[in-house]
Amino acid sequence: MSDLVTITIDGVEVNVPKGTLVVDAAKRIGNDIPVFCYHPKMTPVGMCRMCLVEIGLPVRDRATGELLRNPDGTPQINFGRNLQTACTVQVSPGMVVRTNTPFVREGREAIIEFILSSHPLDCPICDKGGECPLQNLTMAHGKGDTRMEFTDKMKLAKHVPLGELIYLDRERCIQCGRCVRFQDEVVDDPVLQFHNRGRSLEIVTMSDPGFDSYWSGNTTDICPVGALTTADFRFGARPWELTPVATLSPHGPAGSNMTFSTRIEAAAGGRTVIKRIMPRQHELVNEIWISDRDRFVHHFADAPERLTQPLLRKNGSLIPVSWDEALEFVAQKLKGFDGTAVAGLSGDRMSNEDFFLFQKLIRQGLKSNHIDLANGRLAGGDVVAQVGVVNDTTYDLPQRLGVGDAVLVVACDLHEEEPVWWLRARQAAKRGATLVTLNARPTRLDREAAFAIHYAPGTAVETIRRLLNAAKVEVEQSDDPIVAAAQALVKANNLTIFYGAEGITYEESDAIARLLGNLLLVKNGGSGHVGRVNNGLIPVWPHNNTQGAWDMGIHPAFEPGYKPVKTPGRNATAVYAGVANGEIRALYLMGADPVGDGLMDGRGQLKLLVVQELFLTQTAALADVVLPAQSWAEREGTFTSGERRVQRYYPAITPVGECRPDWQILAQMGERLGLGKAPFAASLVFRDLAKVVKPYKGMDYRSLAQVAKQWPDVGGEDLYYGGTAYENRSGLGQQWPITPPKEPFAVPDVEVPVPQGLTLMRIAALYTPGTLNRHTKLLAARLAQPTLLLHPQDAYALALQDGEPVTVAVNSGNVQATLRISEDAPVGLALIRAIPYQPGTAVAHITRVAEFASS
Amino acid sequence: MIGPLLKGMYTTLKYALKPPVTIQYPEVKRPVRYRFKGRHELKRYDNGLEKCIGCSLCAAACPADAIFVEAAENTDEERYSPGERYAKTYEINMLRCIFCGFCEDACPTQAIVLEHNYELSFYDRASAIYTKDMLIVDVPINGRPTPQKVEPGSFDRAIPVMEDPK
Ligand code: SF4
Ligand code: FES
Repeated sequence: MSDLVTITIDGVEVNVPKGTLVVDAAKRIGNDIPVFCYHPKMTPVGMCRMCLVEIGLPVRDRATGELLRNPDGTPQINFGRNLQTACTVQVSPGMVVRTNTPFVREGREAIIEFILSSHPLDCPICDKGGECPLQNLTMAHGKGDTRMEFTDKMKLAKHVPLGELIYLDRERCIQCGRCVRFQDEVVDDPVLQFHNRGRSLEIVTMSDPGFDSYWSGNTTDICPVGALTTADFRFGARPWELTPVATLSPHGPAGSNMTFSTRIEAAAGGRTVIKRIMPRQHELVNEIWISDRDRFVHHFADAPERLTQPLLRKNGSLIPVSWDEALEFVAQKLKGFDGTAVAGLSGDRMSNEDFFLFQKLIRQGLKSNHIDLANGRLAGGDVVAQVGVVNDTTYDLPQRLGVGDAVLVVACDLHEEEPVWWLRARQAAKRGATLVTLNARPTRLDREAAFAIHYAPGTAVETIRRLLNAAKVEVEQSDDPIVAAAQALVKANNLTIFYGAEGITYEESDAIARLLGNLLLVKNGGSGHVGRVNNGLIPVWPHNNTQGAWDMGIHPAFEPGYKPVKTPGRNATAVYAGVANGEIRALYLMGADPVGDGLMDGRGQLKLLVVQELFLTQTAALADVVLPAQSWAEREGTFTSGERRVQRYYPAITPVGECRPDWQILAQMGERLGLGKAPFAASLVFRDLAKVVKPYKGMDYRSLAQVAKQWPDVGGEDLYYGGTAYENRSGLGQQWPITPPKEPFAVPDVEVPVPQGLTLMRIAALYTPGTLNRHTKLLAARLAQPTLLLHPQDAYALALQDGEPVTVAVNSGNVQATLRISEDAPVGLALIRAIPYQPGTAVAHITRVAEFASS
Repeated sequence: MIGPLLKGMYTTLKYALKPPVTIQYPEVKRPVRYRFKGRHELKRYDNGLEKCIGCSLCAAACPADAIFVEAAENTDEERYSPGERYAKTYEINMLRCIFCGFCEDACPTQAIVLEHNYELSFYDRASAIYTKDMLIVDVPINGRPTPQKVEPGSFDRAIPVMEDPK
C-alpha cells in the first residue's frame, strides 16, 4: 500500500502507516522506547523528554533532490547533533532510528535522575508501587544513584483531595500532564489544570465540587506515577496481591469491559472481596476507559442488606427456610394455577442464561405467554435484530467514524445514560463526522453537533417522519435544519444511529425505531446504511442487558430469537391490570420491583407472589416467597450489549449466604415442574440456549472467551503506556449477525397526547439514586438530587425563584425537587432530574412547597 | 567381670561430681546468639508509634507466604504510625514461617525483627497465627499507646525518615 512508510529502528525494518509516531512504530516491533507523557489515545506534547532517541534522515542533494549515497551504495543518513523525542516525530521514508546508543542511554539516565530529583520515592506505601511506569523505567534506564542531595527535595502536600473520589499526592506528580490532557482532550471536562510554573507547578481542580467529571477515575489509570489515587482503593492493597477477574459493567448498555481486582480480606471475615475495578481493553466497546459509575458502583454486591436465605411467608411474616422447602412450596403452588392466570415479569439486569430459563419456566413449565420486562421503557429490539449496527472485526486500529460519516442521536442524553457511547459520538464528531442530535431539549452532545434539532414535546415521531421523508428526496440546499440534516445523514458514507426513550412513551419508541430503521434503508443514490461496518441502529437501553432480554424472548409476542408467538400474552401493563382485577392470580418476578417503581399497586388480588431478588425490595416484602439470588460479581454468565455483542463475565467474590444464581433457581424450579434435569453450569445453559436462539448459533463459552491483538498495547508486563487498564485476556465476545429486512418496516400509528401548557419531562442522571448507586458511600455527595429545571420565562410566569423547593406531580405521586432556573430547559418544557422513571411527557403540575403544605 | 563394672561405677561417680552439661529447660533457658532468628516482633519508635507502615513488602518477600497484611490510612485523630499508611491487620502463620529473615531484609523501616523467642509450639493450627497484638512490642516508657491523637500536620511525610520521627 502506498500509505505505508518503511523506517529502520535499531537495524530492524518496520512498515507502518503514514503519520505514525516513532514511538508507536518502535512498539510495533517490540522496541519499548520509554515514555511518560505520551499516551497513544492523546495528542503528543513532548513534555517529559523520556523518549529521547537518535533520529536520522537520508540526505538529499539540494539541487537534484537525489538521495546521496555512501560509497557502498547505502543512503547517507544525517543524525543531527541532538536527541529527539520519539513521541512527537512522525515516521518518514528512509528514517533511521537508534534507541540504544551510549548517547541515548545517557539522555535517559539524565531524565530519570532529573525526574527523581523531586520524587519522594515512597514506593513502599504508594498504591502504584508494583505497577508503576516510573518504577519500571527507573529500574530499566536509571543510573541507580544520583548527584542530588536528598534533603534538597521538594516537600509538598501528600494528601490533596481533588474531590471525594480522587486524591492527589503533589510530591509524586512528575508533571506529565496526562491527567490534564485527558480531561480536556478526551472527555471534554477540563476541570484539571496546571497552576504555577517550574518547580512549583502543581495540578489543581477548578470545579465545584472538585474534579467534577464522570471520568475522573481514568486519570488514576493513566497517571504514570502514584500521584492520583482513588479514594476507594487508597492504601487498600498492593497490586501484586490482587487477583484480576474479568467482568462487565452491570449498569449501561454498552457492555463496558472491566476487571475486578479481588483479594481475601481478614476484615471481611476471610471472604474474597472486590478491592477495585479497572477498565479492561476492548477497542470496539470502551477502548480503555470506564465511567466512574462503572468503576465505583459495585458495593451493592457486598452490601450487608443482601438477602442470604430463602424466605417463606408463614403466619403473615417472612421466615427463613431451606432451599428445598422454598422451591417445593413454589412448585406445588404453581402447579395449581391455570396458564392464563400466571405471569412472569423480569428486570433487565439479569444474564442471558437467566432470561432463557425464565421464559422457559413461564412458557413451557407454566404454559403461559404472559411474560415481559417489568419496566419496559424502550422498544425496538426486533428492529435492531434487522438493522442493528455492525462492528468491525479487527481490534488493531479498527475502522472508526470520521470524515464523511454521520452519527444521529435521537431522544437520549448519552452523557447521562451511557457515557461510553457519549464519548464515542463525541470523538466521531471530533474526527470530522457529522453529528445530528434530535431531542426535545438541548443535551451536552449538542456542543459537537452539526445539527442540533429540538422538537416540541410529543412530536418526536412526527419529526423523525419528516426527517425520513426529507432523506428520500434529493435536495441541494435547504434552510430547514431537518431537511439539511436528513441530506447529510443519507449521503454519509457510514451512519450510526443511537436512539433512546427520553420524553417518549414505549409505543412512540417502537414507531421511532421503525422509522429510523427505514432511514437506514434509504438508498437515495448510495448503498444504504444496513449491514456494513459502523452502520446501523444502537438502542440506548436503560440497563446492561435489556438487549439480552429481547433476544431471549422476555416479550409477550416473541419467543427466543424473535420468533413470533402464536397467541401473544399480556404485556407488563396488562399484567399489572390483571393483578389488580384478579385475572392474574400468580406472579413470578425476577430482579424487578414494580411496587417500589410505582407500577403495581401492592399485591392486588394475587394468590401467589414469588420474588427472586438481591435485596428485600418493597415488592419482595409483600411476597409469599423470596428467593435470594447472587449478584453478577458472584457468578458467571453473559450479557448482550446494545451493539448485540455477547460477552462473558466471571465469578469474582465469595457468594453471599446461601444465594444461588438466578438461572440455577429457575432450573431447579423447572425440574420440579417437569422440565427435566437442571443443568449444573451456566455454560451448559448457554449451550442449550445457543441451540434455540438462532442469532446465537455457533457461540459457546469458549468462543466468547477468544481474544485478539489490540492496539495500543496496554496492561502488559511492560506497562508501556502506563495505563493500569488491563489487557483483555478473557474474551472479546461476539457480535451476533443481523438479518437485513427485505421491505421497509411498517410503522404503526401512535396516538401521542400532546400536553397543553407547561410540559414535564423526566431527564436522565448518571447518579440517579437507586438500589445500586445508593450502596456506594463514596458517591453519596454526588448522587443527583431531584431537580426541576425551568426556563426563566416559565419560572417568571409561575413566580418561582431559583433554588426554591417545589412539589411536582410525577407518575401518580408527588416529588419534592429543587427548582433551578436554566436556559437548558426550553420554553414551555420543565425538566425533572434524578427521579424514578416516568414515561413520555405530562402536563406539569408544579406547586411551591409552602403552598402545597397549606392546601 | 568386676573390672568393667568398677570402671562404669567410676565414670558415673566422676560425672556425678562434675557440674551438669544439660540445662533444666524450661526452668533454665539457654541464651541464644546475638543474631539468632526467632519469633518476629513488630517494633515501635520511642514515642510509641508503630514502625510498620503496612507496605506488605515482608509478605511479598516471604518465601513461605506466611505473612498477611492489610493496610489502612492514618489520620491525625487516630495515628498508628508516623507515615500515611499503617498495618490494620498483621498476621504471621508461625507454622509456615521458615525463619529465613527475608521479611526483616525487605522491611523499609526496620519494623519487623526476628528476635530471640523460640518457644513456638501450639495445640492447634489456629493458635499458630500470630496477630498484630501478639507481635507488637510493648509501648516504651515515655511513649504513648497507639492509636494516638496528634496535632494536625505534625506528620506529613509518607515514610518516616529512618531515625526516630519527631
Ligand atoms: S498527576 Fe499524574 S498524570 Fe497528572 S501530571 Fe502528575 S504525574 Fe502526570
Ligand atoms: S516527551 Fe516523549 S514521552 Fe514525554
